[in-house]
Amino acid sequence: MDKSEVDFGRRKVLKTGGGIGLLGLLVAAGLIQPGIASAASARAAFEAKSMDEALNALGVNFPGNNSAIQLTAPEIAENGAVVPVTVESTLSRTEQICILVDKNPTMLAANFLVPEGTEGFITTRIKMAQTSSVIALVKANGKFYRASREVKVTAGGC
Amino acid sequence: MTTPTKIRATAKDGVTEVRVLMQHEMDNGRRKDEAGNLIPAWYITDIKAKHNDRTVLEGQFGTSVSKNPYLIFRFSGGTAGEKVSITWLDNKGESRSDEVSII
Repeated sequence: MDKSEVDFGRRKVLKTGGGIGLLGLLVAAGLIQPGIASAASARAAFEAKSMDEALNALGVNFPGNNSAIQLTAPEIAENGAVVPVTVESTLSRTEQICILVDKNPTMLAANFLVPEGTEGFITTRIKMAQTSSVIALVKANGKFYRASREVKVTAGGC
Repeated sequence: MTTPTKIRATAKDGVTEVRVLMQHEMDNGRRKDEAGNLIPAWYITDIKAKHNDRTVLEGQFGTSVSKNPYLIFRFSGGTAGEKVSITWLDNKGESRSDEVSII
């Protein structure tokens, strides 16, 4: 597939339009659905150096714990460069799954948009600098929920 | 230069499970080379998975995703012979797309 065929258009919107400000306006004007806008502003969340900043950029405030979200990660990770993490949400209409590491230089590791028809399930591998809690944020039916788990890291891998 | 993404998509009981191994350094910009110079950040920023023409997963990565990013996800539908594709884009503007048939 040619690169130009791929729909990375929203990045161009950001680059040419002066960032989130314009996007906010477009959302306000109803031109862009909030879901698409949140995908773009997530880019700012990747730069966040504190958990509050990251949550703000993602548009989340104080998500509640929810037992319908299962976060699987090793109790002890010998190699911080490769820590397997699985997030599984049985909440109906799971729309978004984010994986964050509290004590990493940048908190947000990955942000997934889950379209209808795709299960609320993701397995990936992340890097961890030190022992920290790993947090899964799940957006379902427009609301954010969280689950977290402490992972002990023997050798940091950032 | 990019290396092909390894993809395996298997359909079972109306659900297709996709396993993906992208080949990428995922340098976070804080590591140093042997001479002590910082290696610039170089990582995949965006991924997109498609089943035929339908998007089944979109994601954005930061630098905390491990080298050679690995993913498993599942979507409903999909039968043997249909296509699943994975496209990624990195922060240097490089991109790559690979496609397999569901088995």
